[in-house]
Amino acid sequence: MKHLIPEFEKLKARFPAGFESSLVLPCVRRIQEDRGYVADDDIAGLVEYLGVPRIQIEEVLSYYTQFRRKPIGRFHLQACRNVTCSMRSAERLIDHLSQKLGVAPGQTTPDGVFTLSTAECLGSCGTAPVVMVNDTYHENMSIEKLDALLEELKGQG
Amino acid sequence: MPGKQLLMTFPVTATSHTLADYVARGGYATLRRVLTQLKPEDVTKEVNASGLLGHGGAAFPAGRKWGVVHLNDNQPHFLCANADEGEPGTFKDRWILENAPHLLLESMLISSFALQVRNAFVYIRGEFDLPYRRLAAAVEEAYTAGWFGEHILGTEFSCDIVVYRGAGSYVCGEASGLLSSLEGKRGYPRNRPPRLTVQGLYKRPTVVNNVETLANITRIIAEGADAYRKVGTAKCPGTQLVSISGHIAKPGVYEVEYGYPMQQFLFDDCGGMLPGQKLKCIVPGGISTKVLTAAEVEPLTFDHQSFAGAGSSLGSGGMIAIAEGTCMVRLLQVMLRFYHHESCGQCTPCREGMGWLHRIIDRIVAGEGQPDDIDSLYRISRLQDGMTICGMGDAAGYATIGILDKYRDEFEYWVANKRSKLAGNLEGTVHA
Repeated sequence: MKHLIPEFEKLKARFPAGFESSLVLPCVRRIQEDRGYVADDDIAGLVEYLGVPRIQIEEVLSYYTQFRRKPIGRFHLQACRNVTCSMRSAERLIDHLSQKLGVAPGQTTPDGVFTLSTAECLGSCGTAPVVMVNDTYHENMSIEKLDALLEELKGQG
Repeated sequence: MPGKQLLMTFPVTATSHTLADYVARGGYATLRRVLTQLKPEDVTKEVNASGLLGHGGAAFPAGRKWGVVHLNDNQPHFLCANADEGEPGTFKDRWILENAPHLLLESMLISSFALQVRNAFVYIRGEFDLPYRRLAAAVEEAYTAGWFGEHILGTEFSCDIVVYRGAGSYVCGEASGLLSSLEGKRGYPRNRPPRLTVQGLYKRPTVVNNVETLANITRIIAEGADAYRKVGTAKCPGTQLVSISGHIAKPGVYEVEYGYPMQQFLFDDCGGMLPGQKLKCIVPGGISTKVLTAAEVEPLTFDHQSFAGAGSSLGSGGMIAIAEGTCMVRLLQVMLRFYHHESCGQCTPCREGMGWLHRIIDRIVAGEGQPDDIDSLYRISRLQDGMTICGMGDAAGYATIGILDKYRDEFEYWVANKRSKLAGNLEGTVHA
């Protein structure tokens, strides 16, 4: 994470003095964007840089659903299965995705291209069902649109 | 349109979220007047007089929350916009973040002036991508134009803002959990007292307001409290953004004037149910509010008193229309899985209770329900009430009781027959 310190310094300048502890979440997010996950030496580096207790970073990593300690596939498909999405066919979409990719939710395809996850309410109920691919929302999904999306992603993978 | 509009007052175009368009609509003129002509007390007085209610779900008067912050008390004050929109069914703040980010920023600057805030924050949920990008770009535009930073407009007022991204936690939408998260920790809610307006972020007086609540401030100051009170009802001034979804023909975000008839809203403005579907019930304001049957909704008007009279609440404005043919057992199963997943684990009744509720409903759905399971769902739901630091345990209990009270027969059927009365269907009436 050392090469990110100049960026962290810029971020720090926006916060009031004494807010080092607040930098944990944004720094972890940036590290994960950079490496794909958070490794042991990232934690050690952050402890040293921010001067916060190691346990604080460990707690944050195990609490928030978006942070991960292990690498995942190149495309992270997160299908919402909360109330409205389920009412608009999400369960069928997830089954379809699972079958098509040959993995259960929580798993990564053997070629490392796709990781399938389920998600709880992504705040996109008006355009349900929604599937996130990495950071991007794909709204008003259907089996046909999912198939087209998978083909497109495979082309990039 | 469902009544008068205060926020959705301009056509959404490819550029309507930019600073240039916002300024062309008269943007930042109110801030200019506030900074050059008004005192902080003038702003607070007007907000108080407007009767503006909190739009995050609890409908607590914004002016009363602000009133706890003492001016000139020789300590920093903080303001935080709660953009951790995560109550299932709710996506209305997204509309403001995506389409009117500068309205939020101008309102936050006016509020910061009133509350003597030097550093303001927007806590936005980690999954929001476009809303974050729009807001972050608006912040940069506003800095470049001199609306943030030192000595704004050459006055004594200085203010900085940070857009802080969450990382996936429902409980962080609760104001004290949000502040724990903003301190770089787990989003654990905190016991009150002390109130957050006394000891909030890093133990300093902190006002946490919902995005929509804050977005109303600019107009209230621009046109005055009296003008604001002319919209809505006597007890519920103004409007509320409603995000409606489910088996409805025209889902989306609507700005609804308080007092507007519900039938007209659902069947005219939202186009009624999807073709071939009939309304069974609604979730009025996020899944933590009690469901109301079609017959219960029919006479209601869109305001807090009307919904409270029917035993529910407008909550966060996250309305879900549910069609006949939908299995309420499966629907509650989806809700309880969610609550179990999101319990932060601090308080025993919620941490354990959510697991119990979830496992019992899973057992019923697996056809292994026991005769006293329904009573157990009731008992555990009531056990949570008032026994936890934040309201999540209570909310899950209300949602559970709300569905059990009205659709007990579906649960009894499943336990007795080991299968759903409605084929476990969540997608409304299935047409062959």
